[in-house]
Amino acid sequence: MKYAFFPGCVAKGGAPELYDSAKIVMERLNIEVVELTRASCTGAGVLQEKDQKMGDILNIRTLAMAEEMGLTMLVICSTCQGVISQANHRVLKDSKYLDEINEVLRDEGLKYNGTTKVKHLLWAIIEDIGLEELKKTFVSELKGLELAPFYGCYMVRPSDALEFNQYPNRENSLELLIESTGATVTKYSGTTACCGFPILFINQENSLKMVSNHTGNAKDSGANAIVTPCPLCHLNLDGYQPKARRKNRKDKADMPIIHVPQLIGLAMGISKKELGLQKHIVSTKDVVKKIEEITL
Amino acid sequence: MEVKLNIKRFDPELPSDNEWWQEYSIQINSNTTILDALIKIRDEIDGTLALRCACRASICGSCGMRVNGRARLVCKTRVESILKNNEPLNIEPLGNHSIIRDLVVSLDSFFSKIDQVTPYIVPDSEPETGEFIASNESMENLLTSMNCIMCGVCVSDCTVLEVDNKFIGPAALAKAWRFVEDPRDGKKEERLRYLNDQDGGIWDCTRCMQCVEVCPKGVAPMDRIMEMRESAIESGNKSTSGYKHTESFYNSVKKHGRLDETRLAVDSAGITNIPRLLDLAPIGMKALLKGKLPPLIPHKAEDKEKIKDIYKKVEEKKQ
Repeated sequence: MKYAFFPGCVAKGGAPELYDSAKIVMERLNIEVVELTRASCTGAGVLQEKDQKMGDILNIRTLAMAEEMGLTMLVICSTCQGVISQANHRVLKDSKYLDEINEVLRDEGLKYNGTTKVKHLLWAIIEDIGLEELKKTFVSELKGLELAPFYGCYMVRPSDALEFNQYPNRENSLELLIESTGATVTKYSGTTACCGFPILFINQENSLKMVSNHTGNAKDSGANAIVTPCPLCHLNLDGYQPKARRKNRKDKADMPIIHVPQLIGLAMGISKKELGLQKHIVSTKDVVKKIEEITL
Repeated sequence: MEVKLNIKRFDPELPSDNEWWQEYSIQINSNTTILDALIKIRDEIDGTLALRCACRASICGSCGMRVNGRARLVCKTRVESILKNNEPLNIEPLGNHSIIRDLVVSLDSFFSKIDQVTPYIVPDSEPETGEFIASNESMENLLTSMNCIMCGVCVSDCTVLEVDNKFIGPAALAKAWRFVEDPRDGKKEERLRYLNDQDGGIWDCTRCMQCVEVCPKGVAPMDRIMEMRESAIESGNKSTSGYKHTESFYNSVKKHGRLDETRLAVDSAGITNIPRLLDLAPIGMKALLKGKLPPLIPHKAEDKEKIKDIYKKVEEKKQ
């Protein structure tokens, strides 16, 4: 399989372990990627607050580049997935709007015809590779491990832009992945909730309440770790967990937050160092030890 | 077909154990709505079950409830459409509302928030002809928000209200938008300033899209909130962290084609806001020690000049 790879800003900035682990896992799965180095940031919904059309132009530009290459666009961030899908959804519904955007892109020699598909690595694995194929790369089942899924808003809403009707597995893709590793899915209130990252710099008190609620709830429900396809959720749930837990629950930050490719890598038997698990703010030692006990 | 409904019960008159889950089995057909099923339970099995409904046609907005963790109008939802492997449906009252009994919630806080946004037209002058004439186009624009039936479904699943009851919330903010946009209203600037400055105003929305997803009438409250952010900025409201955040983001992409995470954090706090900056420092230090501080000199897209050209083109057109 070959994709036009759009890693997003956070995987190349504040969460480098996501980029590194994704590259390793993709190689193991024979996923060939061409990185879209000319692409811009998606705007993450924030730029769109000031000017939605500007955001749409930038994202349609990226979609046009992938279209030119004849490839499906691969992302490793829920927010990238959602923001690009929404822009795509808007132009597919309104050809006049697409014409206006193509007019801006013309100087650069780009034109979007509306054919590019955008897939998070999690979806690509399920839809293009298949979980049975994925399982063949695992060294052993992670039986006894309890993992709490945390999607990130942009991977679950709005469901029409994400084409849940056409791809019904997307709605529980993370649960399917966790089950494929042999681990148990923790049922708790955070699965499709908001991590609070978008308001971290605007209303930190509310943002931290979300962090302590979800990580605390995952702990109370017996999870060994939270798994997320979103590096922005990771930044907040991992980076701000110590402060949030201390402030709102008077306890310690003890809920490791694992990126999707890190979980896959662990099941493949790739070392914790290669997967960057030492780079997290909340220690991943206990969960890695538990996995090592299971896999060795 | 037989289905099981697991219903959250609450009886305030019981001295203790006044909350419990109760399971009912009933026969349904493929057209049975969840509301039909609930009424059948009340009529045929358990007359003590309290629920609220009226029109049964998704117009009155009385029968909002949470089904399997998501708020819906139960008159608009067929049982079969959400049944999975014939597992029981979990039915609870709306979230973020106080409960009166069983599935009936109090709408006091809902309407006090609606009141908070001055939900009526405040004209600046008297109409010349005895009435204000608004164009068809301007009214069509308002239809999204005017479709609101005040069912409380969006409020139920709002992730900000869950942690902060000061937030004005999706329904009332969508209502506020309707008057901000109404050409007959004379207080647009005052309204925007209030919604911008107010604790719990437009910048407290976390953009989680729950309200967009659950609204049964296509109001898409969050989209209305984002439009008001854009309008508030255009009207010169530039004091909030929210504004600084979006402005910094916009400029970062303009300059580098990419996001400058360090700059975004500093700009949002406010470059002169020393306490907020000191608050960021420990997190930055921790990230540095783990070898994952975002680069101080931001990475750039290879084509950043092309992106600058796009900005130039779009901004010129706006003026």
